[in-house]
Amino acid sequence: MKVNTMGILELKNLSLEFEDKKILNNLNLDFREGHIHAIVGPNGAGKSTLAYTIMGLSDYRDISGEIFFKDESIHNIDIDERARKGITLAWQEPARFEGLSTKKFLKAAAKDKSEENLRNALLSVGLSPDNYIDRAVDKTLSGGERKRIELASIYIMEPELVLLDEPDSGIDVAALEKIFEMIKVLKKRKTTVILITHSLTVLEQAEYAFLMCNGKIVDKGSVNKIAGYFRKKCVLCDHKNKPEPDVFEME
Amino acid sequence: MLKQKPDKFGLFDTTGFDHSVLEDPNSAHLVVHHNKVLGAHLVPGLHVDVEEMEDGINAKLVLDEGITIENPVHICFGMLPEKGIQKIVMDVDIKKDSGIMIYAHCTFPFAVDVQHIMDAKIHVGENAKYTYFERHIHGKQGGVKVYPKAIVHLDKRANFKTEFELIKGRVGLIDIDYETICRDESVMEMTARINGSGDDIIKIKEVGSLEGEGSRGVLTSRVAVRGNARADVYNKLTATAAYARGHVDCKEIIQDNGIATAIPIVEVRHPKAHITHEAAIGSVDSKELETLMARGLNEDEAVELIIEGLLS
Ligand SMILES: Nc1ncnc2c1ncn2[C@@H]1O[C@H](COP(=O)(O)OP(=O)(O)OP(=O)(O)O)[C@@H](O)[C@H]1O
Ligand SMILES: [Mg+2]
Repeated sequence: MKVNTMGILELKNLSLEFEDKKILNNLNLDFREGHIHAIVGPNGAGKSTLAYTIMGLSDYRDISGEIFFKDESIHNIDIDERARKGITLAWQEPARFEGLSTKKFLKAAAKDKSEENLRNALLSVGLSPDNYIDRAVDKTLSGGERKRIELASIYIMEPELVLLDEPDSGIDVAALEKIFEMIKVLKKRKTTVILITHSLTVLEQAEYAFLMCNGKIVDKGSVNKIAGYFRKKCVLCDHKNKPEPDVFEME
Repeated sequence: MLKQKPDKFGLFDTTGFDHSVLEDPNSAHLVVHHNKVLGAHLVPGLHVDVEEMEDGINAKLVLDEGITIENPVHICFGMLPEKGIQKIVMDVDIKKDSGIMIYAHCTFPFAVDVQHIMDAKIHVGENAKYTYFERHIHGKQGGVKVYPKAIVHLDKRANFKTEFELIKGRVGLIDIDYETICRDESVMEMTARINGSGDDIIKIKEVGSLEGEGSRGVLTSRVAVRGNARADVYNKLTATAAYARGHVDCKEIIQDNGIATAIPIVEVRHPKAHITHEAAIGSVDSKELETLMARGLNEDEAVELIIEGLLS
């Protein structure tokens, strides 16, 4: 039993291997309740893997170490139970659901399932409810539209902790402003936000940042400090244990 | 079980569809219980001749040249008794430059041992448009055997769209056999959505021949099988003319002890024709499932929602 931490989410010696390769390598991390965090790092660093592991997706359960949410180990609990405890995830590339209407998709996530609230969720990501609420969240939506509906479903779920994996990918400039506003609303609601990103502007939305490389956290601190690596490229990391080309091909 | 002949509303009300369409003078309808016409209303340009047979009806439907019927035509077939056979023989002739949309509601709410046989011959004339949505409403017993058979001929630039839907109540047995032959620049879309459970048996055979230059066709099947249900889907699309374009798309989700097979056959006999096919058979997509679970739905609720979308 873990006691007395300031963090809502704490990772202790967290490791995950795929085919004898450490994708997450002994991570020790604290995320503070109600704050906005960013994780940055090169392609293949393990950022999405970390998000999936925290969410408890089925291929990411065979970990060593511990994950504590509100001082309670969530290692052995399923994804839906983690969600009901208040953890959720927005995918880097959201799933598409043939035939499922936006309305039903949002309703499934919503705490308050009123029509008005569903419409507000769409407005929060800059989509017109009249144009989208009856459309299916399938391949007839553009990538950016699908991504925004995914974020609307996060907004309406009112989670306690949300992992947003590259929330800006495929999003146009105007909509990005909306999404930043949405993140501010999440913060006002005391939601803990973890942003995974390659973008300086997204990083700047955060209060704390982590630099991840080859499955390790190689630096952490203020956004300004971590942003420095963006300008100068990653300097701390020598990419010694860079993934093999064949591992890349599997992606 | 049923002592007197049901009025047309009695049968129609079991479809769950608003029966005010049967009172609208601008909407045509035909309601057939077993072998009796309970109600019929026509609009100008549309002719329906019905001959009542021992176990069903023989119907001839003609739409005059150049006539477009504004409102959908509602046809209701069905039987309220637990046992019996209803055989519908239909001859449909949609003349040149005309257009019609038919909603067929087929209802067998109390069936324990009922057979519904449909044998349709359909001709869609040049530049005419024929849309036929068939929706089945079955009870919980699974005591219906449905045999819909249709052969459809499309003239030049004709447009034929059909959707068969059986998602409420138990399937029982369904054995669909549709064939469409397409002349130049005609367009055909055949879709079936069926939800099987218990020991339901689902057989779908859809065949399309794209014989005319520039003709196009899509065969779509969406099936869910749960419990001990079984689905066998056979789709064949052939293209024998230049610029014919086709697509076969079959998705079957299985749960529990369900069994699903898909046999897509794509045959192209002209170098300027092109047909594609895709098939996905098996459990629900894990990313879809995990997305909904990450919003707090349990696995069963998530699967239910994914299937509901797929069949909608
Ligand atoms: N299921 C898997 N099996 C094997 N290797 C995997 C699997 N999933 C991820 N990897 C590998 O783990 C590493 C980390 O991948 P991950 O997707 O977490 O990177 P990322 O930091 O999110 O990168 P990006 O910025 O490109 O999104 C990569 O080398 C990837 O190939
Ligand atoms: Mg990633």
